[in-house]
Amino acid sequence: MAELTYRDAVARGIAQEMRRDNDVVFLGEDVAKAGGVFKATVGLFEEFGPIRVRDTPISEQAILGAAMGAAMTGLKPIAEIMFSDFLAVCFDYIANEMPKSRYMTNGQVKCPLVVRTGNGAGSRFGAQHSQSVENWAMMIPGLKVVAPSNPLDVVGLLAAAVRDPDPVIFFEHKSLYAMKGEVPDGEILDTLGTAKILRPGKDATILALALMVPRAMEAAERLAAEHGIDCEVIDVRSLVPLDTQTILGSVAKTGRLFTVEENPRLCGWGAEIASIVADEAFYDLDGPVVRITTPHIPLPAADNLEDIVLPTPARIVATISKSME
Amino acid sequence: MTPQTKTPKRTAAKRAPAKAQKAAAPARTAANDDIGLDTRLELFRRQVEIRDCEQRAYDLFLQNLVKGTSHLSLGQEAIAAGFAVAMQPGDKSFCTYRGHAHTLARGVPMEKVLGELMQRDNGLMRGKGGSMHLTSVEHGVMGSYAIIGAHLPIACGSAWRAQYLGHDDVAVCFFGDGTTNIGAFHEALNFAAVWKLPVVFVCENNLYMEYTPIGDVTAVEHPAADRASAYGLPSIVIDGNDADAVYREAQKAFAKARAGEGPSLIECMTYRHSGHSRADPGKYRPDGELEDWKKNRDPINIYKARLAEFGVGSEQIDKIMAASMEQVDAATEACKAAPLPPEDILSTDVYADGGWAWRN
Ligand SMILES: Cc1ncc(C[n+]2csc(CCOP(=O)(O)OP(=O)(O)O)c2C)c(N)n1
Repeated sequence: MAELTYRDAVARGIAQEMRRDNDVVFLGEDVAKAGGVFKATVGLFEEFGPIRVRDTPISEQAILGAAMGAAMTGLKPIAEIMFSDFLAVCFDYIANEMPKSRYMTNGQVKCPLVVRTGNGAGSRFGAQHSQSVENWAMMIPGLKVVAPSNPLDVVGLLAAAVRDPDPVIFFEHKSLYAMKGEVPDGEILDTLGTAKILRPGKDATILALALMVPRAMEAAERLAAEHGIDCEVIDVRSLVPLDTQTILGSVAKTGRLFTVEENPRLCGWGAEIASIVADEAFYDLDGPVVRITTPHIPLPAADNLEDIVLPTPARIVATISKSME
Repeated sequence: MTPQTKTPKRTAAKRAPAKAQKAAAPARTAANDDIGLDTRLELFRRQVEIRDCEQRAYDLFLQNLVKGTSHLSLGQEAIAAGFAVAMQPGDKSFCTYRGHAHTLARGVPMEKVLGELMQRDNGLMRGKGGSMHLTSVEHGVMGSYAIIGAHLPIACGSAWRAQYLGHDDVAVCFFGDGTTNIGAFHEALNFAAVWKLPVVFVCENNLYMEYTPIGDVTAVEHPAADRASAYGLPSIVIDGNDADAVYREAQKAFAKARAGEGPSLIECMTYRHSGHSRADPGKYRPDGELEDWKKNRDPINIYKARLAEFGVGSEQIDKIMAASMEQVDAATEACKAAPLPPEDILSTDVYADGGWAWRN
């Protein structure tokens, strides 16, 4: 058992899979010698060399296109897109190519690859380097979408993503890279499509993803201490596949649902879950589903402004305590 | 820019004839018979089959039996045939929505292609792909891509896999002249060059993108070849209507790729006889241009004459042509008789487990 940072967990997960399977190769901008702009891939170049860990030109389309071509002909590439905002530059591959090839070819073409990318705000980078865009990927049939909140999940879910036969977009949160957590020694393999109940509770369910998970946990402790509200906190972990069973089971128990999202409010993943719960568990609800989101604005750079935009433990506490009155 | 300083663009019509002269075939002496008769007959057979199958596709469209859209490459057959005959069975080809020719050229049965165009259950993808997405992994036909330029980086990935695993297959990527103005073209060329990938990029310059002459929207005369030097590659322009010229150039590029010497970019000058897609009568083309290409530079006529020069009698030529028509007729009947795809395939193969479930 060792204490690892989230960024070290990324490198550990990739290394674990590259040691296990020679077909796993890794490419991206500045990922090899430099170890990545977030230093999340340090040591891979030294261990696996320039044939398996490759620096690319600044060519996001070429990175994802090449990953796809290699995947459909037999390799299992991991491709890094530095900031998730840049997925827009190669969105054709995300939206039209990788997820559709299997369907259009009636199952002839397979596309087992992982696109890793730094997602989310908190670094004062402004509107083009801070977005949470997991909802961009979630809406596309054929993709799987994962966003871990802690080092242990990073290793296990990354391994599961690499071994998955479908294209997986793996959202790492930039503001979590420095987070530390215990990670057991040896091989770790998690399961996609499983949410985790991090804090059991009986009064309300809070769903959160990535950076919002530690914030939701902190809010839950304060809600219990200050308001006597006992919240169940669920780390959604994977948007596609989505563990609806765990979510609906929790709502059946608590009767109340709050989602905490970093997306702009319009069409965030919480809206989809609210709709599922309204459809399938309406009579379990003791009150409306409440979504705690960022407003529908681009992200500002200034630290005081960025801080207001993201849901904070204080906002989560205030929202939940008010609607539970 | 003021109107006075604007230089008039040369039209495709003015440019094209000059081009063809420059790229005219070499004198056909016995010493020039590096290709061999069997290969020549094969080149001819494939061109004829593509022509017949596509012409039938057009007839079927007029009968409303081919649905959706379709993009014919009538007049461009020599490129598909020349490259396909030069390919090895393991080589992977990537093409565009204008991909019937490239798919047929690699030996995919006509029935499978026409069946997909008619969106029947016997089609290559059982109607789930349509004419713009013909794919036959079994034949190395790794897909037809309908987003301009998308497949150039993808072909790089296939070549990267070959390089990484030490396989000797080459990725061959066909695209149009219009495609050279999209970012993915430039990303792929640079990427392939710096990684020395075994990929061959083939620009089929048919002088038009959809409805606009390529010269009107491109800063250089040869949209692919003139940019090759930017990626450290030689500039190659060939007569794309001469299957021998195509075959020779393909062989050179494949040898280079298999020797680990990296990518090639080849611009093949050609002309499409029909409009851009089924809905387009091609009226934007100057008077006489189409007639000139059909009369003087039709790849099949060129090749018939070539075969005659090498002593192939008209009987043998007629036999090849009759056999092709027989295949087209048989395929047409089979497709007309084939059922529509069953509705239960609607939600198969969205994910690798065979289904479409995104939640439990
Ligand atoms: C990204 C993108 N933009 C536009 C289109 C629409 N479109 C389809 S074919 C075409 C022209 C392509 O011309 P060219 O590359 O010369 O190929 P050709 O059709 O001549 O074979 C266009 C603009 C598209 N499919 N994808």
